[in-house]
Amino acid sequence: MSMIKALSALAAMFLIAACSSNNDTQTASAATTSVTPGSVGDFRQNVGDRVFFDTDSSTVREDGRQTLNRQAEWLKKYGNYQITIEGHCDERGTREYNLALGERRANAARQYLIAQGIPAARLKTVSYGKERPDPVGSDEAAWARNRRAVTALE
Amino acid sequence: MMLPRRTTLLGGVALATAGIASSARAQLTIDMTRPSFEPVPIAIVDFKGDSVGAQMAGVIRNNLQNSGLFRVIPSSAYIQKDVDATTPPRFPDWRSVGAAGLVVGQVTSVGGSIKVDFRLWDVVTSQQATGLSFTSQPNNWRRLSHIISDAIYKRVTGEEGYFDTRIAYVSETGPGNNRTKRIAVMDQDGANNRYLTDGKTIALTPRFSPTLQEIVYMAYGENNGPPRVYLQNVDSGRRELLGNFPGMSFAPRFSPDGTKVVMSIAENGRTNLYEMDVRGRQLRRLTNSPAIDTSPCFSADGSQIVFNSDRGGAQQLYVMSAGGGGERRISFGDGRYATPVWSPRGDFIAFTKIGSGGFGIGVMRSDGSGERMLASGFLVEGPTWAPNGRVLMFFRQQPSSGGRVGSASLHQIDITGRFERQVPTPTDASDPAWSPLIPQ
Repeated sequence: MSMIKALSALAAMFLIAACSSNNDTQTASAATTSVTPGSVGDFRQNVGDRVFFDTDSSTVREDGRQTLNRQAEWLKKYGNYQITIEGHCDERGTREYNLALGERRANAARQYLIAQGIPAARLKTVSYGKERPDPVGSDEAAWARNRRAVTALE
Repeated sequence: MMLPRRTTLLGGVALATAGIASSARAQLTIDMTRPSFEPVPIAIVDFKGDSVGAQMAGVIRNNLQNSGLFRVIPSSAYIQKDVDATTPPRFPDWRSVGAAGLVVGQVTSVGGSIKVDFRLWDVVTSQQATGLSFTSQPNNWRRLSHIISDAIYKRVTGEEGYFDTRIAYVSETGPGNNRTKRIAVMDQDGANNRYLTDGKTIALTPRFSPTLQEIVYMAYGENNGPPRVYLQNVDSGRRELLGNFPGMSFAPRFSPDGTKVVMSIAENGRTNLYEMDVRGRQLRRLTNSPAIDTSPCFSADGSQIVFNSDRGGAQQLYVMSAGGGGERRISFGDGRYATPVWSPRGDFIAFTKIGSGGFGIGVMRSDGSGERMLASGFLVEGPTWAPNGRVLMFFRQQPSSGGRVGSASLHQIDITGRFERQVPTPTDASDPAWSPLIPQ
């Protein structure tokens, strides 16, 4: 019992560290043991909630297809979630163009999931352009992680 | 707001002492067609008759100095300490401090109103260059100061001023990954700042209607609702949705006559341009491509629209007829071109350019020739024109580091690329939109 408590506390510390440093949310995978199967936490940590894109591109890459395949399997298993795919861009584009590019990325991920058998009616999209960076940063590594489509569940 | 009543002050009497203008001396005129010129040295004496007179002179000094076209002579240098607003000054005293122009004024209370008389003396020729009288409400003193600044600017440069204007922009606060972005509006010099949206959802890209009574902008809906275009009355704050479409609608901009709003609508990975009739709310499609067509802007005469599109690969600038059709590419340089904005004069298009080395703000003629870069940096974006087409405003974003978002600020620059200065804002700021002159 006290062992589990200690583990939870450790996991919480990792989460706080991840938040405060704006690091990759994958850092939270230290908490893998504590998530309930079928929960949003399970989806984020064990499936992966985001795919990444090349500069000025909305083509889903091979690594992204693998993530989306896992997402599709999981979403078929847990059919009670409504899904919003958020499209994002790095900061090296103009605001309005990036809103459109984010929409294009979200749509690319959505079409891929539809092709894997997820009903279109479950899948909404929204673009945040370059308005919601994660992580906040102005180097190649930050930009690469900001060119993303995030599958958000509710 | 009661509009100021204006009359012309006569009195350009050539005096017996009229100086023989030395050719070496500064003149009270600037030939703006010349590639370079010296700023005009000008003295602006505190207006007499009321404590607000010193504040008015302060606003005028700040405006003229910030334009880069004037050099304001500090009051500590003045020889004639007491200058009457109605009788001619001692011109030799002003010549010896190097002034080409001298501004004097008088504030008088008339019932519940104030009467402001101002004169611009040409120190070189010992003549009155211009003079105006205004009657208005006392709380209009700041606006009167801007109107007087515009009159001085026009007399000296031969072109309309831009001081009696407002700036709408996006105020940015909070952490970089969850930034609050609100629409704000302020006077051109940063005074009278106020917020038009509450910051609960992200609001971006404000643009004025030609009468300044309304702005259009894009905002997200509550609970992560998709972005939509809103039309909002600047004074009453009343806002309405400008069309509720299945896709995201954004990048709105008024036509020069204010009857239409052009915007982008994105759906299924395609972003096309549409035009909405403001009164009837009919929507009309202007482009039909699988590409991203966005950042549309009307020409000054309303007959054409410039926009950016990636239909040919990288983002480039295109011009088409206002009703759609006749699309032709006008930008051909290296890099990506974005956010084209047509000058109110019709002669130039300002744009953001993204190259391998960073971002730049530039101008080109409306046929795409004569490209010239004015400013550059890690991230500079979103030019907007002063109503006289001589000055641009844009925003600069500094790089983020250590998880901290880089600061964003508004800057203005002369069309020649000179006189860049930061425009003061209470918070970080982006997406400036310069209004037309406020109707008098």
